[in-house]
Amino acid sequence: MALKMVKGSIDRMFDKNLQDLVRGIRNHKEDEAKYISQCIDEIKQELKQDNIAVKANAVCKLTYLQMLGYDISWAAFNIIEVMSASKFTFKRIGYLAASQCFHEGTDVIMLTTNQIRKDLSSPNQYDTGVALTGLSCFVTPDLARDLANDIMTLMSHTKPYIRKKAVLIMYKVFLKYPESLRPAFPRLKEKLEDPDPGVQSAAVNVICELARRNPKNYLSLAPLFFKLMTSSTNNWVLIKIIKLFGALTPLEPRLGKKLIEPLTNLIHSTSAMSLLYECVNTVIPILKSPVLARNNTVFLYVEKLYFVFFPPTVKYLGLLAMSKILKTHPKSVQSHKDLILQCLDDKDESIRLRALDLLYGMVSKKNLMEIVKKLMIHVDKAEGTTYRDELLTKIIDICSQSNYQYITNFEWYISILVELTRLEGTRHGHLIAAQMLDVAIRVKAIRKFAVSQMAMLLDNAHLIASNTQRNGICEVLYAAAWICGEFSDHLEESNQTLEAMLRPKVTTLPGHIQAVYVQNMVKLYASILQQKEQAGEKEAAQEITQLMIDRLPQFVQSADLEVQERASCILQLIKYIQKLQIKEVPVAEEVIALFAGELNPVAPKAQKKVPVPEGLDLDAWINEPPSDSESEDEKPRTIFHDEEQRHSRHRQPEIDEEELARRREVRKQEQANNPFYIKSSPSPQKQYQDTPGVEHIPVVQIDLSVPLKVPGMPMSDQYVKLEEERRHKQKLEKDKKKKKQKKEKKGKHRRHNSLHTESDEDIAPAQHVDIITEEMPENALPSDEDDKDPNDPYKALDIDLDKPLADSEKLPVQRHRNAENLKSPDTEAPLVGKKSKKPKKKEKKHKEKEREKEKKKEREKKVTEEGKKVVCVLSATYDIQGNLQNDSQVTVSVIFENKSTSFLKSMELNVLDSLNAKMLRPEGSSVHDGIPVPFQLPPGISNEAQFVFTLQSIVMAQKLKGTLSFIVKNDNGSTHEKLDFKLHFSCASYLITTPCYSDAFAKLLESGDLHMSSIKVDGISISFQHLLAKICFYHHFSVVERVDSCASMYSRSIQGHHVCLLVKKGENSVSVDGKCNDSTLLSNLLDEMKETLSKC
Amino acid sequence: MRFMLLFSRQGKLRLQKWYLASSEKEKKKMVRELMQVVLARKPKMCSFLEWRDLKVVYKRYASLYFCCAIEGQDNELITLELIHRYVELLDKYFGSVCELDIIFNFEKAYFILDEFLMGGEIQDTSKKSVLKAIEQADLLQEEDESPRSVLEEMGLA
Repeated sequence: MALKMVKGSIDRMFDKNLQDLVRGIRNHKEDEAKYISQCIDEIKQELKQDNIAVKANAVCKLTYLQMLGYDISWAAFNIIEVMSASKFTFKRIGYLAASQCFHEGTDVIMLTTNQIRKDLSSPNQYDTGVALTGLSCFVTPDLARDLANDIMTLMSHTKPYIRKKAVLIMYKVFLKYPESLRPAFPRLKEKLEDPDPGVQSAAVNVICELARRNPKNYLSLAPLFFKLMTSSTNNWVLIKIIKLFGALTPLEPRLGKKLIEPLTNLIHSTSAMSLLYECVNTVIPILKSPVLARNNTVFLYVEKLYFVFFPPTVKYLGLLAMSKILKTHPKSVQSHKDLILQCLDDKDESIRLRALDLLYGMVSKKNLMEIVKKLMIHVDKAEGTTYRDELLTKIIDICSQSNYQYITNFEWYISILVELTRLEGTRHGHLIAAQMLDVAIRVKAIRKFAVSQMAMLLDNAHLIASNTQRNGICEVLYAAAWICGEFSDHLEESNQTLEAMLRPKVTTLPGHIQAVYVQNMVKLYASILQQKEQAGEKEAAQEITQLMIDRLPQFVQSADLEVQERASCILQLIKYIQKLQIKEVPVAEEVIALFAGELNPVAPKAQKKVPVPEGLDLDAWINEPPSDSESEDEKPRTIFHDEEQRHSRHRQPEIDEEELARRREVRKQEQANNPFYIKSSPSPQKQYQDTPGVEHIPVVQIDLSVPLKVPGMPMSDQYVKLEEERRHKQKLEKDKKKKKQKKEKKGKHRRHNSLHTESDEDIAPAQHVDIITEEMPENALPSDEDDKDPNDPYKALDIDLDKPLADSEKLPVQRHRNAENLKSPDTEAPLVGKKSKKPKKKEKKHKEKEREKEKKKEREKKVTEEGKKVVCVLSATYDIQGNLQNDSQVTVSVIFENKSTSFLKSMELNVLDSLNAKMLRPEGSSVHDGIPVPFQLPPGISNEAQFVFTLQSIVMAQKLKGTLSFIVKNDNGSTHEKLDFKLHFSCASYLITTPCYSDAFAKLLESGDLHMSSIKVDGISISFQHLLAKICFYHHFSVVERVDSCASMYSRSIQGHHVCLLVKKGENSVSVDGKCNDSTLLSNLLDEMKETLSKC
Repeated sequence: MRFMLLFSRQGKLRLQKWYLASSEKEKKKMVRELMQVVLARKPKMCSFLEWRDLKVVYKRYASLYFCCAIEGQDNELITLELIHRYVELLDKYFGSVCELDIIFNFEKAYFILDEFLMGGEIQDTSKKSVLKAIEQADLLQEEDESPRSVLEEMGLA
């Protein structure tokens, strides 16, 4: 032994410490990786040694390497060993390492529970502190559940140092284990008035964090916080409280009124920017309510913000605060428009993005064009696609907000959209496309202009689609094609556009765009056909038909099913038309009838909002379903497919009238169902007219005044000018009118009028946006949407805290099952293998001043003390642990807690020995002597004592009766008291968690000298992972291997029995097959396990 | 607060503290990404930036960047003050701290941080009480260490 120690110490002298490692790494700059891998090998050697100091040093070095990015998860077990060292120096290092590298996926984490519990109750406050700190970093739901009660107790620790840490960590515990919130909350609330400022600020911190997520549950605390706010001088605390009030005021407007004064005072008096910022942030939404809105105060805040928050380092905050003010007081911010526009030039992306957000809220009819023009310049200059994309979306957002409220000239807007298509590499082509479609559909007056622009886009498609692979912009062609087709009546150069759409290059576009092309070229073709027929140009009409027949096959060959299907369908149709044309039958009318009818935009949720009429059951069968419904479902589709393929293969030219009508139906159906057909309206309400007359067909009027421009040239500018002129004219007219009015009214309303001259409302838009209100069906139901994210981790903490606590909500209290060997010389050597524990009903021995009722309750809880005259309350929890060194001993650790106000002393524990189990007594004492507990308990203190028991056989569970006698000393003198109890030795407490490798496990199973038994438990709802954790935890097993919902587990008894388990999880049940050297032990173990599992 | 990082101008991580446990891989990715973003910024730029769904508050002290990631609703300025307070604590503890102090005594830097912040929340706003706690813990450590001379361990004393 001594030799080994000598060897260990000498080794240590040559070991690298952390400093050496750091120095070494710095000296090996060229071959750092090699040096470190060498170091890791050394560390692995060091970890194998028994000396805890060497291990701690190794773990410390590993922590450093972890920071450099090396994986140290393999050493998790060693870290736990170091954590469980008794010396603070090592413990500290162990917990640090754990806090750095443990996370929920770390499997050994559940082994730490008992160690942490032990450290939490350590008499040394720094042990407790270091455990709390570590736990705060890696707490898992299981740890939170198991330790919640221990931490809650620590919240009333005598040392403020511990109290404050315990309070803070409760927040993490709540997040992981929301059930703990209600039981712990009253105590947390108490801590708001703790005499120690540190504890108080910690409590404020936790409650504010909780309240910010779910403010409504914390309204009742408002008066308390108000008191704290007016009395506290600690800025850190004040900020938290003010933030809390910010969350509460929307729920309780009266609170806002009360807050204004103290907050304004703070704003004027404080020198701390952070506090000022928080106050302004909170005060601004309060000022929204009309009673409190005094604009001058808001202006004052804005001015203050302007000066305080616009140095470059904090500019971001200024913008952020402004955007808050903007929501309630847009006018006060608008005066800083130039400043905000300047921010767009900032190098810092966050600042630019914030500025963009602000601009969104600042636009008005008057300044929209100017702002967008500025933004367009930035789009050109912008580096980096992300920012450019952001600009693009913002431009579109700004323009389209509240149904294009601020757009006065849609020609301008369309040209902006067209200019945006010149952006290379943007991802937002579909956004632009959606806008084009939306505007063209909603703003009827603009269609003509839109169509001309779209035709131009189609003509220049090669510019846009030059790089289809990474170019999202080709999406706009989708919109362009659709607009040109749908509103083909407005098209001037239809022929040219049609040819553009039939170019071979089109086939390189994405499938869904080609499909729209194909569909819309028919619409275009139909309108051209009609024109030509009306003009009597039969040859021209035939030419155009021939063109279609020549070019369509390239789409028929498309690999995209949709394109192919549409193209082949249309090709057949046109071939048929050609036949008719040859016979000189006028066809245009019928062809155009295919696309008759007007499209109305429909709000996305319109369909959902139509109320179901009374008496209509949507789930009822209209016809009884046929018996073989499945094959019925399949058939029509396959027929349809077959037909399609036959058509495209054989190109059958003969189509009779009936076929044509049928196909027309099909097409109508297709259009109605095709999601691509009208993008902005998922439930198109196109009215198909079965017998359209010529009078329904709009006559194309060619208006040459529409400016056509070569693409690639910015032209929105000219609209800005045009618009200005228009407005000027409008204004002049208005002025004239006003003069008249003035004359009439003799200046009665003069002031009022002049105020309004410049206002937004006076600028009438050049085109009107249609159908804003008509989109919803009649009797649409207002639906309240659930915006809340169901995955929000804080949602679970939305708990009513004012309700009284129910019994079922009490925190689980765990029975302690950890023990160390009786002060053996190597207590330093960690016993991690054994450190798992077993929560059970806490065996409480209470003595209380009695009322009959309570007595009963106590008895129900199997409290062994029969009510006598009661003076004090003593509670004891115990934990049984197998002894690794001795195969017939177990250690029982009992934690005694004095819950009374009296002093407890001369405690003595005695147990009635059974044949099988005996308490180990000091030599020379008889079996009837008790063992004195080696400490006394002052009020409110707890301490742990250990007792060793010897057992002959461990195959059965044991129950031992015992008595605890003690003297209670208080002011009135001292009394002798006795307490009876039972100790329950379950079979699992004889097991020692022992890791086992799968090959060794397999050999063990093959050996054949194991007995087998199995159980099955139904009604299991918890996850398999959780279930395994429970088995490991309560029954001291370790997982050998896990495949899907099947796992093998292993454990060993203190007498060397091997226990192997195969756990399988079915739908709602779990089966456990066990093998063990001893069949009695196995069946007892399985019985215990069954009991645990059936509680799941 | 979600996490705190200390890294040098050369992009070497000096300290990392995660208040929301996440996997090693995810951490590494975030560290790399964030370091790139912050190091690319010019000295006169704003101390706050939006990054992923978080806000990053950073400040440079000599060759070290102190960098905190906070949530959207948190107060940026108090975070900046918090960084400063931490630097002050380091300064007090080491006596005019430099990067090397933090490299060679990285565990101490962690201990100080742990006394100052816990679970991402400020634990104690008083510098004095933080330093006192650290000093006492160190004292305890020295008590542990002092009797362990080499001879004693060899069992000769």
